[in-house]
Amino acid sequence: MNPNLDNPTLTPPSSLPAKPVASEAPGAPAAPATPAVTIAPAAPGAPVLSIDGLSIAYQAKRGWVQAVREVTIDIRRGEALALIGESGSGKTTLGLGIVRLLPGNARMNQGRITYHGAARSGGPAALNVLELNARGLRQFRWQECAMVFQAALNAFNPVLRVSEQFADTARAHGYLQGRELAERAKELFRLVRLEPERVWNAYPHELSGGMRQRVLIALALLLEPQLLILDEPTTALDILTQRNIMDVLKELRTRLDFAMVFISHDLSLAAELADRVATMYAGKVVELADVYTTFKNPHHPYTIGLIKAVPTLTTHKDHVSSIPGSPPDLINMPTGCKFHPRCPLADDRCRREEPPLKPTTGADHQVACWYWKSARQMLGAQ
Amino acid sequence: MAGSLIELKNITRSFHIKRNTYIQAVNNVSLHIQEGEIVCLVGESGCGKTTTGRMIVGLLAPSAGQVLYRGRDIAHLDEREKREYRLGVQLVHQDPYASLNPSFTIYDTMAAPLKRHGYTRSESATRGRVIELLEMVDLTPAADFLDKYPHQLSGGQRQRVSVARALTVNPSFIVADEAVSMVDVSIRISLLNTLLRLKEKMGLAVLFITHDLALAKYFAWEGRIGVMYLGRMIEIAPARQLVEQPRHPYTQALLAAIPEADPDITRHKRHIQLRSMDLPSLLNLPRGCTFHPRCPIWEAGLCDREEPELSQFRDGSAVACHVIRRQRAEELA
Repeated sequence: MNPNLDNPTLTPPSSLPAKPVASEAPGAPAAPATPAVTIAPAAPGAPVLSIDGLSIAYQAKRGWVQAVREVTIDIRRGEALALIGESGSGKTTLGLGIVRLLPGNARMNQGRITYHGAARSGGPAALNVLELNARGLRQFRWQECAMVFQAALNAFNPVLRVSEQFADTARAHGYLQGRELAERAKELFRLVRLEPERVWNAYPHELSGGMRQRVLIALALLLEPQLLILDEPTTALDILTQRNIMDVLKELRTRLDFAMVFISHDLSLAAELADRVATMYAGKVVELADVYTTFKNPHHPYTIGLIKAVPTLTTHKDHVSSIPGSPPDLINMPTGCKFHPRCPLADDRCRREEPPLKPTTGADHQVACWYWKSARQMLGAQ
Repeated sequence: MAGSLIELKNITRSFHIKRNTYIQAVNNVSLHIQEGEIVCLVGESGCGKTTTGRMIVGLLAPSAGQVLYRGRDIAHLDEREKREYRLGVQLVHQDPYASLNPSFTIYDTMAAPLKRHGYTRSESATRGRVIELLEMVDLTPAADFLDKYPHQLSGGQRQRVSVARALTVNPSFIVADEAVSMVDVSIRISLLNTLLRLKEKMGLAVLFITHDLALAKYFAWEGRIGVMYLGRMIEIAPARQLVEQPRHPYTQALLAAIPEADPDITRHKRHIQLRSMDLPSLLNLPRGCTFHPRCPIWEAGLCDREEPELSQFRDGSAVACHVIRRQRAEELA
């Protein structure tokens, strides 16, 4: 019943934790039963994580908040993928869903998340993340997929030294201890441009915001995960500190081999660091393209509007404009395309039918808009 | 300077942190703002920009120096003048979720100052004025908003209500402290455009406090930008000039470090290497120029000894840097 059974480290799904509910969507195809023995490194461009038709909703007093709606996206091995969109577009929910850290009132109604085994020895070949039991999940989190959360101060236990926090994580995963652990941690500190000796013995409050963020990144990388999710990694940091974090992340990617997902409302972070960009609106990915296409040749009216709404230091005042209206109510969504109330191109079809995310000129550029062919021209984008 | 709407004369503000320990959040800042002028204050957190804004609106008293409103020191106004100042200078807060009373409808929030200060004498006049003000900030149809509570509005709409509320008392000057930072990116520009239109229509002067230099340039296109660092004003210049030809090494480093929403630009920027990444603590400020431990062009014996003053240049900029000042003098010689 579950392809993960062939992984000896996993107990049968009958011992699944009650929450979060991760039942398989009715009619969803069974996961490919890849034998556990094939753990050869996957080809570059192959997905490390596949999200397939995933929907996540939160229960609220007024009804269900449809935070993520039928998102299908592959995160490729070694790539940096940015999820951009306004607050409420579902990007953080999607990130939390991947590591299954959603709050109790969330339900994953539909879809599946498949982690395509680590290339290292002993790693599972294909994990159905939504069906992992407590123990499997504990392994998946941090060893395969780590997350750096938004508020860097709150992520630490204030009464433990950095060294103790590292030891905690290492112990929980049966990783190095003692001097070996210290050596490994200090090596990571050097990678993220921290003074190893000073930081190793420090309490969180003794570190600045930027330093804490770098310690968190180092901690996330401790077990060499294949996938690192960063939720707003530079928000609330000063510009020069932001620059430093970005440089650290860029350098890490050239040195270590892992995929990154950035969640950010800050378009400049995506422009700076991402290989590909997924633009989200009302819980759906509305455009998916490489970073240059997203910024220079976007085809979805929302992406076009969003790029125009963010001035750069060199933009002329007259080339900036905002998107009319406000983001939709996620409980009472508009009919058809969820962007239609704010879209200058909307017509009857848009009000009636929601457009699917479809390849445009190439398979790598996908847009969910009935009028993607003419949108740029009609909106007067350069 | 004659005719300034607001004038800051060497204002300093220190805070008592613990026994015998004070920090100077703002140090010797001077600034003139004319009627109808837009000035942006930018800088990293802790640079004193918000404290400066709070001293201008009278929420904090300077420890030293003076704030003048139409030429009069706000610490020594008589009752009538004080009322005029209190109405003339309004603040729009950063957080639209915290700055509106959640148990008041939008109408209640807007009507209270109108009635309190006698701008409207009857319920129907109040209603008419509230609708007019809501329309001014593009909350249309205004009648739909009157009976709503803040929680029924989006962040952007709430911030528009905050602006409309500030306008009830016909101010001549608005201090907007990070007024769009909590609003979604897609609607920030339209909120700023509303403020710009009000400035045109009503001759409002605006002090806009932000950490986003690209937004500051957009908003202060015809105005000025002042850059603060550790409580001091280190450069102030016409907005586009400041962004395109920054003079102070800190401003240069800041502009070079800013990531931009354009992959071509942002990936090919030349970054300026600072000597140190760490922002000094306000508790233990470096001697001389406070930027010297990080400055790429500092000179030993000069920058670590004397604090540079903000010196005015002919192109309209003012910079507080010993080295830049000397370079300019040599160019002119």
